[in-house]
Amino acid sequence: MTAILEVKNLSKSFGGIKAVQDVSFDLMEGELLALIGPNGAGKSTCFNMLMGQLPPNSGSILFDGKELVGLPTRKIWQYGVGRTFQITATYPTMTVIENVQTALLSFHQRSFNFFSRAKTSYLDEAAELLSLVGMADQADRPAAVLAYGDLKRLELAIALSNAPRLLLMDEPTAGMAPSERIELMALAGRIVEERGLSILFTEHDMDVVFAHSHRIMVLNRGELIASGSVEEIRANPRVQEVYLGGGSVFADEGAS
Amino acid sequence: MGVLVAELLAGLANAAALFLVASGLSLIFGVTRIVNFAHGSFYMLGAFIGYSAMQVLPGAIGFWAATLVAAVAVGLIGVIVEFLVLRQVYKAPELFQLVATFGVILVIQDLALLVWGPEDLLGPRAPGLKGVVHILGEPVPSYDLALIGITPFVLLVLWYLISRTRVGILVRAATQDREMVGALGVNQAWLFTGVFFLGSLLAGLGGALQLPKGGADLLMDFNILASVFVVVVIGGMGSIPGAFIAAVLISVLNVFGVKFIPQSTLVLMFIVMAVVLLIRPYGLLGREEAPGEHGQVGDPEQPISPLQSTGKLVVAGILVVLALFPIFDSPFLLVLMTDVIIVSLFAVSLHFMLSLGGLVSFGHAAFFGGGAYAAALLVHYVDTPMSLALLMAPLLAGFLALIIGWFCIRLTGVYFAMLTLAFAQLVWSVVFQWGEVTGGDDGIVNIWPAAWASSTTVYYYLTLVIGVGGIILMRHVAHSPFGYSVRASRDSILRAEATGINTKRIQWVTIAFAGAMAGLAGGLFVFSKGSVFPTELEIAKSFDALIMVFLGGVKTLSGPIVGASSLTIVQDFLSRFEYWRLALGLLIILIVILAPEGLVGSARKLGNRIGLGRSEGPGT
Amino acid sequence: MKLKTVLATVLAATTFAASATFSFAEDTIKIGDMNSYKRLPAFTIPYKNGVDLAVEEINASGGVLGKQIEIVSRDDQGKPGEAVKIAEEMFTSDGVVMISGSLFSHVGLALSSYAGQKKRLYLAAEPLADALVWQKGNRYTFRLRPSTNMQAAMLAEQAVKTGAKKWATIAPNYAYGKDAVAAFKSELTKLDPEVEFIAEQWPGLFKIDAAAEVQALKAAEPDAIFNVTFGGDLAKFVREGTLRGLFEDRTVLGLLTGEPEYLDPLKDEAPVGWIVTGYPWYAIEDPAHKKFVAAYEAKWDDYPRVGSLVGYTTMLSIAEAIKKAGSTDTEELVEAFKGLELDTPAGPITYRSQDHQSTLGAYVGTISLDEGKGVMVDWSYKDGANYQPTDEEVKKLRPAE
Repeated sequence: MTAILEVKNLSKSFGGIKAVQDVSFDLMEGELLALIGPNGAGKSTCFNMLMGQLPPNSGSILFDGKELVGLPTRKIWQYGVGRTFQITATYPTMTVIENVQTALLSFHQRSFNFFSRAKTSYLDEAAELLSLVGMADQADRPAAVLAYGDLKRLELAIALSNAPRLLLMDEPTAGMAPSERIELMALAGRIVEERGLSILFTEHDMDVVFAHSHRIMVLNRGELIASGSVEEIRANPRVQEVYLGGGSVFADEGAS
Repeated sequence: MGVLVAELLAGLANAAALFLVASGLSLIFGVTRIVNFAHGSFYMLGAFIGYSAMQVLPGAIGFWAATLVAAVAVGLIGVIVEFLVLRQVYKAPELFQLVATFGVILVIQDLALLVWGPEDLLGPRAPGLKGVVHILGEPVPSYDLALIGITPFVLLVLWYLISRTRVGILVRAATQDREMVGALGVNQAWLFTGVFFLGSLLAGLGGALQLPKGGADLLMDFNILASVFVVVVIGGMGSIPGAFIAAVLISVLNVFGVKFIPQSTLVLMFIVMAVVLLIRPYGLLGREEAPGEHGQVGDPEQPISPLQSTGKLVVAGILVVLALFPIFDSPFLLVLMTDVIIVSLFAVSLHFMLSLGGLVSFGHAAFFGGGAYAAALLVHYVDTPMSLALLMAPLLAGFLALIIGWFCIRLTGVYFAMLTLAFAQLVWSVVFQWGEVTGGDDGIVNIWPAAWASSTTVYYYLTLVIGVGGIILMRHVAHSPFGYSVRASRDSILRAEATGINTKRIQWVTIAFAGAMAGLAGGLFVFSKGSVFPTELEIAKSFDALIMVFLGGVKTLSGPIVGASSLTIVQDFLSRFEYWRLALGLLIILIVILAPEGLVGSARKLGNRIGLGRSEGPGT
Repeated sequence: MKLKTVLATVLAATTFAASATFSFAEDTIKIGDMNSYKRLPAFTIPYKNGVDLAVEEINASGGVLGKQIEIVSRDDQGKPGEAVKIAEEMFTSDGVVMISGSLFSHVGLALSSYAGQKKRLYLAAEPLADALVWQKGNRYTFRLRPSTNMQAAMLAEQAVKTGAKKWATIAPNYAYGKDAVAAFKSELTKLDPEVEFIAEQWPGLFKIDAAAEVQALKAAEPDAIFNVTFGGDLAKFVREGTLRGLFEDRTVLGLLTGEPEYLDPLKDEAPVGWIVTGYPWYAIEDPAHKKFVAAYEAKWDDYPRVGSLVGYTTMLSIAEAIKKAGSTDTEELVEAFKGLELDTPAGPITYRSQDHQSTLGAYVGTISLDEGKGVMVDWSYKDGANYQPTDEEVKKLRPAE
């Protein structure tokens, strides 16, 4: 297995507060890697640096051998990185399928096309992505009226529209009902297998993390304190300490 | 040295009225988010009421009592306006309230004319402060010194009110987070009413206090409006100390501007505003705006779709009716409809950037007038044929929009709007001042259509084809991949950037495209009227387009057309009557209250409610 | 739904506009009157009162060509585009034989261009721009009121007599102000080549920062000042200038400053000693004028302003032109206006055939205080005929017909 993403010595501080310190890790092809940690551990900061929304103070991010630091978000997306957000970001004034079509149009570099009909562009591709996430029956509803879980799935379809090799998912199941969570992560797992892409995700729900990730990294106060398989992380005393002083907290879903 | 001090003091005295009016506006905007165009009218009322009160109340005590009476009276008028008009439309789309305040301006203008008559009233002098004090040998009016003392005093009172009282804490909370006030268990409606009282009172106080330096006249409302907005924006919307600093800055700079570059008077403050905004995008002491409103408060816009076959039939039907208009054999009808089509094209172009792009422009006249002037200059100087001039009008207006847009896309929301206003004023002043080339305010005349199009009927058909063509083009673009990207960049910059869309560039092109289309309307305009004057570049022209878009319905595609047609036709009809502004103002207010989503938006909502709608509304 | 709304609007427009086209039998002669009745009511309402008075008198004496005159009056809103639209409606729907009026120069120029293009007659009553009868003059446009250039020339004549050499000017920053300063400079330099202009101030129209302007003028230390500000600007300028001692030991000339519209609001603060153009209606002893004042006061319970005189004279001119033409045909009316002579309250005037400008003059005098209000004293009427360009100059200025 080769590494699709190589992060080296990534650091970011805000006015003297070190949000992320010297974080290094690799993400293998086809891997579902979880990044966990208590609130304020620096998970979102990490994500925002990976996606080009925040410039790191130092460090390097290699995606498929190419340096991402210094690139704007949209360039990183063009390289084949998709992203979903902690609070969903979709286009509420468009229908579900139009949301996906807009992303597809961008992927096919037609955002500045003034003349063709967008409504009929990439319909099949869009429909296929919607079926993949189980949203085909809602294709023509306005995104503004979707239930939160459906929005999360729509976001996943949008994030897949550039046929990404890496998907960054920031708390993909936050705000969803427990049954939906399992379903969504199972879907993510299937996508990893079928499409051979890699996923890096953050998550609060330990059930989700332990059930679905191949590997887990633990971030605390901006530093990576552990990395390993589900069993290794469960057994790691430092991790237990971070999560409220040990015990069976990993079974407790409201870990934060 | 003495001269310098005298000049400095003159600037500080001028800052007084400006600060008072601006602080009121800033306060109202900060808490209620209402861009109150009627604020200049409150200032004017303060002057008129103060004048009348001073006629009744004698002596020095009478003078100051009359000033306070005027301030409180205007405060109460503000409360009435808030209660009767604005309270009805707080839930309407952002900036919709500005249409209501525009109606209030018209009503107050005619009422003031009715009550106080047409003649300018020279303000009475302040008893005891009629003379001068010699400072370093230079005479300085003693009333100036009084004003210089009053201003910081008012600032202090406001500061105390806001930072030391419970009401003030609520005001600050509301300025920062509207939701929070509700959470604190405060009756938001009464807080808004209170803020309107205070804000209007300050405007009235400003109007009354400037009486000894000027007077009361019917043009005061619009004359101060632009400078007040500039002060509020430079200071940072919602910041009262900011308004103070900006008022002093503008007034003092103006004194030296007048001395060293006497012709700078028209444009100086707009240049200062543009420079400040480019360095500090939220004004000197302003805070970053909460992102994401962009005209989208309230129910989200419904997804738009290209016309289905029935819709296409209806449009075709309308076009046939329009094409048959010449059979009425009424040249005036054709002239009126030519105006309607041109204005519709202009309104649709604003709607494209404002509604689809979320880019609220207060300076769209720059592109309309820009196109008109481009065509007129080409004809005047190089005898360009009409058809070529009509082609160049949108191209050059679009080029102008590219330049202006390059600066403006750095800002968002109301600050973006104000920067467009500043640039529009800049364009206006260049045209106005550069008389050798543009004819100044004597404009460019004798720009008539080519011989083949000179009959009213032919020109009507030409306008119909080009104007409707332009509108259809814009609708087509709205449904093109670019149109999707435009809406995507408005709905969620985060998502758009994360899916590879260069949102800034999309917005830049949007401005250029909308500007070009406005320029096309301007080109058609100049040949239909035979002349062009700087009035086509004025703030009032930009506001006209805004009113039309909002009145028709900002969240619908046909809204701007309906708004433009109905407003043009109604105004043409009403202007036959003596107090037409009163009637038009009341009508606008009535529409605002009855149809808070604009004519088309509210009609559609009604249609949905009674089961005519085809699309799925929010909440279903 | 939205399309139905569009359709409804269009249909409503059609019905309304169509109904506007049915005009009834022509038993009156209709004249289109347009002015900025809402934008500048202080100056246009007296104008309209003068118009109405004249029409009443003309009709009482039997009208013209056996028909009564009827005025179709509209507000031009101060917008040239609106004015052109209204003109079209007046000619094609209301059936007026000609139009008259307007105060703003840009509205006047737009209407003049319209008149030239559509071959319809326009009598510009109040707009002062020189271009209206010169560079942009045309066959179908005439003007009544003395132009900026004429009034500036009258004042230049007085300026020479003061002997002042170092001049400063203050004028609103728009075409009328610029024209006035340019005309005054050129006329004064012609009369006295030794004068120099050491400062020019250009406050925004109705947006004067009076204290700053006064300070700037003081700093320049001129012998004399030429003032073109008017309205609210004038009041502020006079007040600040008096307070700050700008006018002490200085000669001041004021264009239009003596017109009641501008002078009366100043009340007891009227700037004594200024040499101005204006309208001393209270002191004119000519019987024709006394009759006009009496009739005006009887009808309106108010005294006449310059606008009243201009409005009144406008209608007298139109009636005389129609009588002379014996018809309401545009081409015949144009010919009738050329060289038209008539008696007005201000004296006899002629519409010059070479540039279509009337020879109506202006009153020049000195401001004084009388019972707490400003009046003009030592005034005299300057016949416009003496301040107009020669035929050769006109030929150079006006485009060939």
